[in-house]
Amino acid sequence: MDTSFTPEDLAFRDEVRAFIAQAYDEELQARLASSEPQVFKQAVIDWQKRLHDKGWVAPNWPVEYGGTGWNATQQFIYDSERAAAGVRDTVPFGLKMVAPVLYTFGTEEQKKRFLPSILASDEWWCQGYSEPGSGSDLASLKTKAVVDGDDYIVTGAKIWTTYAQFADWIFCLVRTNSEGKKQQGITFLLIDMKSPGIKVNPIVSIDNHHSLNEVEFNDVRVPMANRIGEQDKGWTYAKALLAHERTSIAEVADTKRKLAQVRDYAAQEVGGGAPLSADPAFQARLSDIDIELMALEFTELRVLASVASGGAPGAESSLLKIKGTELQQAVQLLLMEVAAYYQGVLPNDLSADQLGHEFGSKARQAFMYGRAATVYGGSNEVQKNIIAKAVLGL
Amino acid sequence: MNFDFTEEQIMVRDSVARFIQDDYSFDGRQGIAASEEGISREVWGTFAELGWLSIPFAEEHGGFGGGAVDVMLVMEQLGKGLVLEPYLATVLLFGGLLQEGGNAELQGEYIPKIIDGSCLGAFAYLERQSRYAMADVKTTATAKGDGYVLNGEKVVVFNGSNADHVIVSARTSGEQCDESGISLFLLPMDAAGLEKISYRMMDGQRVANLTLQDVAVPGGNLVGELDGGFKLIESVVVEANMALAAEALGIMEQLNSKTLEYTKTRKQFGVAIGSFQALQHRMVDTFMAYEQTKSLLYRAVCALTDEEEDAATAVHALKVMVDRAGKLIYGEAIQLHGGMGLTDELDIGHFAKRLMMINTTFGNGDYHQAQFNALRYN
Repeated sequence: MDTSFTPEDLAFRDEVRAFIAQAYDEELQARLASSEPQVFKQAVIDWQKRLHDKGWVAPNWPVEYGGTGWNATQQFIYDSERAAAGVRDTVPFGLKMVAPVLYTFGTEEQKKRFLPSILASDEWWCQGYSEPGSGSDLASLKTKAVVDGDDYIVTGAKIWTTYAQFADWIFCLVRTNSEGKKQQGITFLLIDMKSPGIKVNPIVSIDNHHSLNEVEFNDVRVPMANRIGEQDKGWTYAKALLAHERTSIAEVADTKRKLAQVRDYAAQEVGGGAPLSADPAFQARLSDIDIELMALEFTELRVLASVASGGAPGAESSLLKIKGTELQQAVQLLLMEVAAYYQGVLPNDLSADQLGHEFGSKARQAFMYGRAATVYGGSNEVQKNIIAKAVLGL
Repeated sequence: MNFDFTEEQIMVRDSVARFIQDDYSFDGRQGIAASEEGISREVWGTFAELGWLSIPFAEEHGGFGGGAVDVMLVMEQLGKGLVLEPYLATVLLFGGLLQEGGNAELQGEYIPKIIDGSCLGAFAYLERQSRYAMADVKTTATAKGDGYVLNGEKVVVFNGSNADHVIVSARTSGEQCDESGISLFLLPMDAAGLEKISYRMMDGQRVANLTLQDVAVPGGNLVGELDGGFKLIESVVVEANMALAAEALGIMEQLNSKTLEYTKTRKQFGVAIGSFQALQHRMVDTFMAYEQTKSLLYRAVCALTDEEEDAATAVHALKVMVDRAGKLIYGEAIQLHGGMGLTDELDIGHFAKRLMMINTTFGNGDYHQAQFNALRYN
């Protein structure tokens, strides 16, 4: 048992730090913080392109397709350093979600057509899984695809589609067969968002922000060449990527940084003459989270180490998802309480100086949208069902 | 980075596991608990023969030269068997203090006897008033001639009823709660002026209160530095807390697996109660609590092995987690066993009681959380 860093690991860590310091510059950070959607989108693309130029945009991919070939320790170091520097993770829909399906189950042509543009962030992807009538019971989905010559005609609706308003492509689960078990008869399609018959309806979420959408499909024509694998077998392909999705949702390193920020903010909040950070009740709440997080960091390392030695992320990824999202919300809630009255401030153009406060509004946005984390990627209750079945044999 | 064990470590772990499985049944354990001494000398002899008593000691004293990982693996298995024999008191506390702070003469005399099983030891640190504050020491040691004279009282001394020798913390200078001015002395239990009252604890272990009235100790029996005993205690207790957490992990594993098994066989309303989602989700919670405890245990063990600066912080975090996860796990185990969970006959309650004792030994969760906060935030 050994978790110490080798000199090579330390050299790698220095390289990551140096790269981030140089590439994640202030001009880029300002654009990423913009409330102007197109400015934000372009900033995300620019950052991912810088990562791509460095060869680091797709650590989870096999080397032959453009992955980094990092071992578990290097992955851990990269992610820790990225999060510690406050650098956002890459948008997952292309790089982490559809790409593994493409390189695992796609045809040579599909790989050639799609992987390079995902790697270069030239095309933006979104995920078409949930439907108005199918949430946690994903396999009950009803969006229909009917064969018509060399095409499918797709009819139905997807919902909670993050950044559909930015997307060039959507990967979708659609129903091609209504007989037999509901998991059978699902097909995995890649659909061009510019196709006639697609309509994106924005959904404003409780953080007063627009990132979610409903996507309507009205007789949308999709070439059969855009089907992954076999017709009716899409559930198998989709399931393979769910474990990856859950593991990446945990965001342990990011939560660690956010908890450190809560501490810093609490040190600046002085009410009645003493900093909040010195209040024993506050410290107890802080360490409740801190201690669980120290544990989860090692749970994640254990999963990483087992994946590196040939295992696949299995039901442990459900544990990471549950605990990771619970802790994200706990940190968001604690920051709200640090902000006191200012947690209620709506987004505005006032400077921190005019307002008298720096982070209240942002804290509330994070807390409000943060409610999504225990719902998406399979609600935490569904994750518990998965563990009960797969690990406990119930 | 890896979480693998060496072949040697796996051999030790498996040999302890085999012994528990084959030769330390729950009924046998209950028999030992009810016996006069509350421990089995025969079992202790087997521990010595199989080399387990030598694990943390240096090779120069005939030890195995093991580290935190080895201790963790042994303790986890001892926990699974609810072992009563005084491994913590004799090997890790009494032996640990000697190994780390004893002079060459004391080490040469006592460590081989611990290893061959002929010396049972104890560490008397607690006093009536001191709760978890190990620096709260009223017992005094006054210099006299080449030695010292000890007066005072020590309570809840683990293995105090069976120990042949004991290391006692006593004040050689300073005020009652000062960290400096505490010194440690090794005494034979039959020393003149040393009286003991033995009693039993809920987890089956035998302890004693010791009264010391003008007990004379030669200067050579000072363990560690004069007035500097507290540092030594802290260092040995950090490792002991990790060991207790490993024991707790073994207990948690037993409680979870026994409870899971029970819900698969117990039928109500015509079905196994494990088919109810309300119960399934609670068992997922206890599973996650176990995994999180294991992760923190590994974190603490790695920090101790690498002598990292924040090893003590990691161990405080671990003890907080053991306290919280332990309460959740034994609580659910009893509840899900229904009426059977309340019986003395079933092992569930006995695992629970050992976890409760572990959680109060060297500080409960709240105590360790306060220590954690002080080290990390102040």
